[in-house]
Formats: sequence, C-alpha cells, structure tokens
Amino acid sequence: MSANQTRIERRFADLKAANRAGLVTFISAGDPDYENSLNTLLALPEAGADVIELGMPFTDPMADGPSIQKSSLRALTAGHNMHKTLAMVRALRERDNDTPVVLMGYYNPIYCMGVETFLKQASEAGVDGLIVVDLPPEHDDELCLPAREYNINFIRLATPTTDAKRLPLVLQNTSGFLYYVSSTGVTGAAAPTPEKVEAEVNAIRGHTDIPIGVGFGIRTPEQAERIGQFADAVVVGSALTDCIEKAATPAEGTQAVADLTRSLAEAVRKARQ
Amino acid sequence: MSTQNSTPEIGPDVNGFFGRFGGRFVAETLMPLILDLQAEYAKAKNDPSFYAELEALSKDYVGRQSPLYYAERLTEHLGGAKIYLKREDLMHTGAHKINNCLGQILLAKRMGKKRIIAETGAGMHGVATATVAARFGLECVVYMGTTDIDRQQPNVQRMKLLGAKVIPVVSGTGTLKDAMNEALRDWVTNVDSTFYIIGTVAGPHPYPEMVRDFQSVIGREVREQITEKEGRLPDSLVACIGGGSNAMGLFHPFIKDSSVRIIGVEAAGYGIDTGKHAASLKGGTPGVLHGNRTYLLQSEDGQIQDAHSISAGLDYPGIGPEHAWLHDIGRGEYVSITDDEALDAFKLTCRLEGIIPALESSHAIAYAIKLAPTLPKDHLMVINLSGRGDKDMATVTAHLADELAD
Repeated sequence: MSANQTRIERRFADLKAANRAGLVTFISAGDPDYENSLNTLLALPEAGADVIELGMPFTDPMADGPSIQKSSLRALTAGHNMHKTLAMVRALRERDNDTPVVLMGYYNPIYCMGVETFLKQASEAGVDGLIVVDLPPEHDDELCLPAREYNINFIRLATPTTDAKRLPLVLQNTSGFLYYVSSTGVTGAAAPTPEKVEAEVNAIRGHTDIPIGVGFGIRTPEQAERIGQFADAVVVGSALTDCIEKAATPAEGTQAVADLTRSLAEAVRKARQ
Repeated sequence: MSTQNSTPEIGPDVNGFFGRFGGRFVAETLMPLILDLQAEYAKAKNDPSFYAELEALSKDYVGRQSPLYYAERLTEHLGGAKIYLKREDLMHTGAHKINNCLGQILLAKRMGKKRIIAETGAGMHGVATATVAARFGLECVVYMGTTDIDRQQPNVQRMKLLGAKVIPVVSGTGTLKDAMNEALRDWVTNVDSTFYIIGTVAGPHPYPEMVRDFQSVIGREVREQITEKEGRLPDSLVACIGGGSNAMGLFHPFIKDSSVRIIGVEAAGYGIDTGKHAASLKGGTPGVLHGNRTYLLQSEDGQIQDAHSISAGLDYPGIGPEHAWLHDIGRGEYVSITDDEALDAFKLTCRLEGIIPALESSHAIAYAIKLAPTLPKDHLMVINLSGRGDKDMATVTAHLADELAD
C-alpha cells in the first residue's frame, strides 16, 4: 500500500510523526493572472504551506463567499481555464515533488472537460487530491470512484449538518483527509467557536482514523494556533485571497500571501508545544 | 383518446434523475436538508389533509380553476388551428407561480420553518412567494438581480408592500442565475430556520419533481376542461420555457398521451446565432449547475454564459432537467422565438383578444402564430397564458415608443 501512498498521505504521516498540525493554504488558480498566480503558488511551500489547495475558477461558485467569488472572477477575466490550472501544477512539480496539491472547485468545468480526460491530465500533472464542493457521496460514481483509479484522493467535506447517521456515508469513500467545515455558510464567513469545533472534531474521530483538516472562517495566526491544537490541519483560504485583492500590485499580492502563510505556519508549528 | 404508449417511465428515479438529467449536485451542508425535504414531501403526498388544505386555498385564495378560454379572434386571424388560452394570468398575483408557492409554503409550515427565501427573475415568483409568506405570517427574503430590479420595478414595490425584504444581487450579470446563487448561499448559512422556495422545475432533487407536481394542476384542469368543451384531448400544447415550470405544469398530465404534441418555446433573444439568447436546449450543452445536470449555456471550459431575453422570466442559462429529458427522448418539441417575434405576439394579443400577456407567455403565443396557420381547423391547440403583462409595461413602452406616441 505504501508504494501507492499519495503525497497527501505521506505528508499527514510525517505531520503525525512530528506531532504538529499542518497548514493548508488555498488560492484561486490564475488570480489575478497566470504569471502572478504561478509566482504565488511557487512561494507557498517555502513559506510553510504543508498542503496546497488550488482553486479551479468557476463563474458560479455558490458555496463561496465574496472573497473567493471575486478571486475566481479575477482569474476568469484574465482568461484562466482548466488547462492553465493544470499547467500551474506541472510548473510547481518541476521544482517541488513533495508538497501535496489538491484541486478544489465545482463539478461543471470537470464534467465539461470529460472526467477521464481530466483525471488523466491531473494525474500526469502531479495533482494528489480533489475537493469538489457539489459532489456529495450520493454522486460518488461521477468522479470520486473514477479518481481512485488514478490514485487521486477524493477529499470530502463534513459539516455541522452532517449528523451521526450521515457521517459513515460521508467517510465511506473519503481519502487523504477529511475537510471539516467548521460553520454552516459560505467560505470566509464568521469565525467558529474553537470549543464547539473541537467537540465536533473529536466526535468525528470516533468514526475514523483519517486525518481531519478544519477550515471556513480561519483568518489569523491566533485562530490557526488554537485550531491546530486539536485538528490535523488548518485550512486558510479567504484571508489569503483577500491579500491578492487588496494588494497595490500583483507582486505585492504574492508577497502578502507569502507573509501571511509564514505567520500561519509558525502558529500551527507552536500550537502543541 | 390515446392511452399508455411506449414513453419511458416518468421520473425521477430514487436519485432524482430523469434519464441522465437531474440529481442532487449540492454542497454537503445542504444534503441533510434536501433529504429532509424529500422525506417530508413524500409524507405530505400521502396525507389527504395536505391536499385538502392546498385545494381549498387554491380555490378560494388563488381563484382556481383558471378558465380555458377559446381565443376566437386569434383563431380567425390565423386561419388554422382552434386556439384555447389557459388563463393562468387571471390567478392571484397574476401568474402560475402561486400554484407552486402555495404547495411549498404548506410544506414549510409542516416542517416548522420560520423563514422563507426565494430567488426571482421577472419578479413574479418573488411576488407569489411574498404573498404566501404574508398569508402564513412567515419572514420572507427575496434575492433579485440588479438588472432585473431595474426592469421589473412594479414587482419590487409589490414584494415590499407584502412585507418581503428584497436583496439586490450585484454579482455576475445581476439576473436570475445570480439571484439563485445568492439564495443558495443564504440557505447554506441559515440551514435550521430557513425554507428555500425554488420557483421553477430546476435545482436539486426533489425540487424539479415537487414544483412539477404543484404546477400540474394546470394540465389536469386543461384535460378536464377541453374534454368538457370539445369531447376530446387537445392536439397540441404550447408553453414558454425559462426554467420551465408553467410548461411542465401544462405538459406533465399529457406526457403519456402520444397523440398530444408537446411544444416548449425557449427565448431566442436577438437570435440563437447571435449568441445573445436564453435557449438552453437549442443553443446549450449538458452541464451541472444549481444542483442539477441539464442543458446549460456555457463555454467549452464549463463556464456559465450570460443569457439574454427581453423577458426577465426567461433570462436563465439553464432549463429544468425533465425538459432536458423530454427533449433527449424526443417526446417534447423545443423551438425558440426572438425578442421581436415575442413583441409582435404581445401586440397582436392585446388588440385581438383584449388581453395583455406577459412577455414570457408572448413567446408561446408567437410560436402559435407561426404554427397555427399550417394546421387544420379541427386541430385543438392549448397555449399556456402563464402570466399577465402589466409588469412588462416599462420594457414594452421602451421598445414600442414610436407606436405608442400617437
């Protein structure tokens, strides 16, 4: 089995051995344009990102808040598409063969490309996992099961509405890690109460040994440190895409993303010390 | 009268599919809600008291049944098929939308929900939702694109009078699809308190089935009324399609009657070849949006494209999954009508019949204007006059400024 381990599985095994939480960073591919987004992507591992989530921009991101909506539109306006997203992953892999890359987004751009074509190209580019927001377990035959054939992890979201009855179904074909969405609502919404999230994460641990990442509403190093005390990984997205939105120049955006990533990485590293 | 034929079993299946279309493509947060709704709807369907209340309100509050009116002068003018208009425009709030809203709010009440949300394009579904929310004393929030708010001001005022909060949606093109995105974002945030009344036969399962069932009262009445007037079933049914709820309501009770032609009319905007239209079947490809797989207006890269129609109610880049299925199996004929053709039909109906139709419904009439003259005089055609045109005065006035100046 270990021969087929994905980069995600290896990374979480290493994190567990080091007894620390990982940092998962999200940026939208192509935001604000291909060149600058690639610069940002390349800066992430060095700044301390343990896992990279790369958003596949979509015109109608209905589970995302304003920050990620805008980042998707910036990318699309600059002419971004799926081929360019995969090109970014290939470019990263020329320099970095260890940091796991998870593509995150919505099903339609994948469906339109063709599931087999997409999986083949993603696998060849060096993609390790997928988070597809609008594919619940009821539709596992669409993409989740085919992805297994390419040794690509399908990372499922569990939410506060996922009750004990439904959790086994959510966990059934999930691999890599489980993404616990700490609040109902869209990305970038209000910060969760850590105590409540911790109780819910502990409840899920009763059902699975798979690593659990926690995201939605985590913006600051302080929040990341608190969540990192009990979660296997902390996911930060909107706060990073905000850096790109607010920057005076794209280069400053890349710098701001790297700076915030660095302080978040420090925070998760000291969470359990 | 025809009986059962070889039409495949009418969906949806247990996973919400009509053939390859439909499904439940939603975020995990919403799945438990959708499953709850499905279970509650299944219970309600078997509860005589649910239908007793729905029927009583449909009669005394909405004004059902709606007349099936023989359009004598339109028939004479066109010189072919005998044309009947199903007068949904005469129902409370001025369109067929109330049929669905009444059914869904009774479900919301059963589920103990306190807050109602809806998306709206032309504003007719928003008005109908605000109306039933007022009637049942529930909080109501309606999402409406800013483009639509500009062109449908009277309906915005109506919703506010009825106590609803109208939230302008600026994202995307500020039309119906963006309003639906925003309503889904609200729902995913306010999962415990909120019931989402979707206005058309689209969205995740069970909405396409549920909305169809509530709108099927239109077709059931037509069946009864035409049998009474003519002693037989109609030969053709014509209805406009945005998402397709009025059309599905008319068509559904006739799907297994192979002698009845089913004709859905999409909005061709400036013309399908211009790329500025809202004809998802004629000018789109299969994809996944707003919880279901269906035909969509989209780029090769799977990015959703803007729809265009003079009629705000048809300005949507998708279509209900059951229509996509009827199209694929060849049971439904799907055609399209341009903005200009719809405006001509609007004028003709005003002057020949003394009826101001909605611009949406004018698309159905426009296709009948093309088709009826080619058909024999004993051909019975029923057009769904899905709504009244008062709301469209600003749009029509702008387009017909010269004619109206005299």
